[in-house]
Amino acid sequence: MEHIRTPKVEQVKLLDRFSNKSVTGTLHLTATHLIFVESNSTSAQEIWILHHHIASVEKLSLTTSGCPLLIQCRNFRLVHFVIPRERDCHDIYSSLLRLLRPVSYDELYAFSYNPKQNDQQREEGWQLIDLAAEFERMGVPCDQWQLTDVNREYKVCKTYPRDLYVPITASKPIIVGSSKFRSKGRFPVLTYFYQEKKAAVCRCSQPLSGFSARCLEDEHMLQAISKANHNSRYIYVMDTRPKLNALANRAAGKGYENEDNYSNIRFQFVGIENIHVMRGSLQKLLEVVGTRSLSMTDYLVGLENSGWLRHIKAIMDAAIFLAKAVTVEGASVLVHCSDGWDRTAQVCALGSLLMDPYYRTIKGFMVLIEKDWISFGHKFADRCDQLNIDPKEVSPIFTQFLECVWQLTEQFPQAFEFSEWFLIQIHEHVHSCQFGNFLGNSQRQREDLQLKERTYSLWAHLLNEKQNYLNPVYSPSFAESHPVLEPSTQAYHFKFWRNMYHQYDRSMHPRQSILKHVLTLKDSNRELEGTVQALKTKLQKFGVRTSPLKPQTPPRERSIAPRPQSLILGAPLLSRKEVQQEEDEEVFGEEAREDAPASTGGERTVEGSSATENGYGEVMGSFGSKNEPGVVTLEFGVARMSC
Amino acid sequence: MELSEHIKTANVEDVTLRRPFHPALRGTLCVTSHHLLFSNRKDEASWQLLILLKNIDAIEKSVENLFGYPRAVGSSGTITIKCKDLLVLQLEIPGMEECLNIASSIEALSSLESVTEMYPFFYRPSHLTLLGPWGLSTTEQYYKQTERLWDRWRVSKVNSDYSVCPSYPSAVIVPREVDDDKLIRSARFRQGGRFPVLSYCHHSNGMVIMRSSQPLTGANKKRCKEDELLLQAVIDGSELGYIIDLRSAQQAQQARMTGGGFESKSCYRHWKRIHRHHERGKVVQESLIKLVEACSDLSHSVDRWLSKLENSKWLSHVHSALSTAGLVVECVERDGHSVLVHGSEGTDNTLLVSSLAQIILDPASRTVTGFLCLLEREWIQAGHPFQQRCAHSAYSHARLKQECPSFLLLLDCVWQVWRQFPLALEFSEALLLRLAQEVYASNYGTFLCNNEQERCAAGVKENTHCLFQSMLKPDIEEQYLNPLYEPTDLAIWPSVHPQSLQLWTGMFLRWTEYAQNMEEAREEVWSIVKEHRERV
Repeated sequence: MEHIRTPKVEQVKLLDRFSNKSVTGTLHLTATHLIFVESNSTSAQEIWILHHHIASVEKLSLTTSGCPLLIQCRNFRLVHFVIPRERDCHDIYSSLLRLLRPVSYDELYAFSYNPKQNDQQREEGWQLIDLAAEFERMGVPCDQWQLTDVNREYKVCKTYPRDLYVPITASKPIIVGSSKFRSKGRFPVLTYFYQEKKAAVCRCSQPLSGFSARCLEDEHMLQAISKANHNSRYIYVMDTRPKLNALANRAAGKGYENEDNYSNIRFQFVGIENIHVMRGSLQKLLEVVGTRSLSMTDYLVGLENSGWLRHIKAIMDAAIFLAKAVTVEGASVLVHCSDGWDRTAQVCALGSLLMDPYYRTIKGFMVLIEKDWISFGHKFADRCDQLNIDPKEVSPIFTQFLECVWQLTEQFPQAFEFSEWFLIQIHEHVHSCQFGNFLGNSQRQREDLQLKERTYSLWAHLLNEKQNYLNPVYSPSFAESHPVLEPSTQAYHFKFWRNMYHQYDRSMHPRQSILKHVLTLKDSNRELEGTVQALKTKLQKFGVRTSPLKPQTPPRERSIAPRPQSLILGAPLLSRKEVQQEEDEEVFGEEAREDAPASTGGERTVEGSSATENGYGEVMGSFGSKNEPGVVTLEFGVARMSC
Repeated sequence: MELSEHIKTANVEDVTLRRPFHPALRGTLCVTSHHLLFSNRKDEASWQLLILLKNIDAIEKSVENLFGYPRAVGSSGTITIKCKDLLVLQLEIPGMEECLNIASSIEALSSLESVTEMYPFFYRPSHLTLLGPWGLSTTEQYYKQTERLWDRWRVSKVNSDYSVCPSYPSAVIVPREVDDDKLIRSARFRQGGRFPVLSYCHHSNGMVIMRSSQPLTGANKKRCKEDELLLQAVIDGSELGYIIDLRSAQQAQQARMTGGGFESKSCYRHWKRIHRHHERGKVVQESLIKLVEACSDLSHSVDRWLSKLENSKWLSHVHSALSTAGLVVECVERDGHSVLVHGSEGTDNTLLVSSLAQIILDPASRTVTGFLCLLEREWIQAGHPFQQRCAHSAYSHARLKQECPSFLLLLDCVWQVWRQFPLALEFSEALLLRLAQEVYASNYGTFLCNNEQERCAAGVKENTHCLFQSMLKPDIEEQYLNPLYEPTDLAIWPSVHPQSLQLWTGMFLRWTEYAQNMEEAREEVWSIVKEHRERV
């Protein structure tokens, strides 16, 4: 609190990002949030912004109406305030600068967030996802794969989890030797086991081969992986980097596997760019789609130049290659990049999702993230800039993974139990630092922070809200008939994910949502079914003659579940009452509150659709004023009136 | 020349048919005067493919005659058939001569010029009858049903013999106080005689959308008193009306050099002119060609795809059509002013904008019947030259004459509106797709000819069936219904941010593997809705 100089500023204007509209209200600054409350009493819109979500604050030069403050968020929200007095603006600005740069983990919101659960509930939340059970589900340990305790004390690899699965023929000396030959000690371990063909997906970091170095233990290790699969005589080694990057790494004593030294490997580059390229690409993309009065041409050219969809496709291509090698050829695959925690995580996770319908369910998707991202040490703290340590470490690697999954949901609308809102919600919380799951860079660090004792688990929270994330057209029988997804890689399947990158730009969204509507119908179907069942039981109980039907029959209105209007296609919905009960759940609260005005919007509009938001032309600006310009000469008049 | 004289080989056995994402089939190929028929008989199961020859946009043939082999074994040919509904088929025909014969028959019979030789004049299904009125409605009926028009508007028969305006229907709706003589004079002052007529009267405030062609002001700024009076009568004493000119200001200026022009501020005092540039004719046709080419590029490169998509400019046309329609709606609904829409000829973009504006404004035009009535009124009767515009589609190698996919553009825009308001339209994408197909090749007479006058001369109404009537038969209409339909009386303003507009995959990628999954998901939605209806 000591950083807050001005807790409240009145008469602040909030400008719309894409139109000339603005609303006036009061700005509040709290220890955790920046809150804007619109002063108009009828449609008092509220915007809550968590400090951790703020990526940057910019003070623009003074204008006649005040001092503009531009706030850019990691969830792609962009707000533009105009604060009447420069001093207030400066106070807010400097307070925010301090608040959004926490100096230690203890300052993160997760450590003060309290959803009013007792210790037991919290513990249960953390126990929901159990990776040992997950490996058991895959059929591991088995006659070829075993659990090793070599990393019990994080001695072999600091960034790996304690429990690791390796081929039974890989002895401790081999493991230790191999780990010494791999960047950051990340030796090859099992991440997914395809039971049907006994083929394994393993992951590691790049070998320290330089121009000629060898390591017999590492060669043994790969041999052991190969031997563990009787279905195939060879294993694939996928280097997910572009070949040029891998070559350059050789000069630094790192590099890639020499096919001459390893027996029976098939080596393959797949060309996913590094974190810096991805960061730049997203920046370009956001610049383009943030432009006002963007023309179709500039949009498409900008989309192409950003390269974003090209990168998304590269990740997808790699995952498809992995899935094919495993499911069609029955070969085991070893995946790595440089350190084995970015591109490797993307490809392994997405590949597994293609191969295993379980990962396309809500619970399964949580398990997948827990396994391939959290436990194997994707550096969430660095990539998502939790502590503002190094801007060069920040990169939207996990966002890309979520987007790849979204692209798949577009191609296979029936294959996923969850809707895109689930993905967007996970993205929201990866950056919110509200739950402990994504804090820190590795499992070891998370243990040091005692997250399980001091914070809550996101997964419990999401499972509580499960009904909001369901995909109404999900079909378990589709999963049975299509256990392995074979997506098309035709370029036209790769689309811009508007609901992610324009999540908060209401004017851009479809004004009515199929998803939401169908969910409502399904809910209502379920409820009606329940009523029928209840009536049947009653009838049986009382015999058919009695008529206790009256109090039981629900009025028709009840059958249609009230669903508050919402910002996004089928966004999670909380009624106002619930919001008040759970004061601290601001991210939801924020949604629900912001939604309220949408439903009370103008009479002429449908779900907040209005002419002013759309900006059919600059010409419209002149409509407000009744003063027509005097008669002008034709030649000029034509040019001027056409604007 | 009889049609059958074009057919040298009517039947070929052992033909192999290849379609995208289907296994190859062997069967018999037949050419008739209007159809290509492929049938594959295997034991009891038989499968047939019937294609209207008119649907064929382009054919490519390649023959090979392997030297030294007897003719029956060695020579064969392949015909690639590219249809106007974007389907591409391959036929492998044994025998070089047969192959060439079939190809030349298709070429001749798919490009018939004479309207009365076309298939709708021969289509006689048993469930339809040629008796009874043709079409859904007439101008008079529309007027009678629309009570809000009675006060200030009347039906004029000035064009009953099509002499005032050859491309207008015999009856039009005009301001009550303007007599037929004034209309005739105004018509002389407008290109093609297309004087300002009523297109739509808004139910909530009585403001109207008018449409016309450009005024013939010419280089020396001619005026026409009657035309000015006609427009004055439209706004009837209110202070302002808007003229939405679908050309840039510069183009409108240039049009004066060729006898056209625009309404000058000094002559039309109460009208404010707004220029919005719209591409037309050849440019739009070329966009379609490039878009379809981009969609069939199998190179898998995202950059290439985006650059081709951009280069086609198709989505830019969709964008400008929707934004201008939005602008018209803002004038009428938000500002409460009447609007006159025109470009040059007033037969393409003008109709596109005025009908889109009605979809946005008027709940009545969002039902199946209402939408088809709108199309009949604003496209068929209003004289969109379908025969010229839809002579060829995206694959044809023929030199472009007057082709322009204005109607397809309309369907695309309506699809975009449906994407943004999936509950507001009573009809589904299936209806739009059916129309996109019928407009290029049809069993019905609805889209024949260029205007009412030609349809009368050819006897279309007496000798063909009406597509819209057949689509409204209850058992058929059902397949075009939107399961989620919930009528709303409000205007549905679409967002026109480029990020909100999308490629119409259902149309342009309809023959790809993509369609299958979407279809299944759609059926799932249907079944949920049905279950809900049954339960409630």
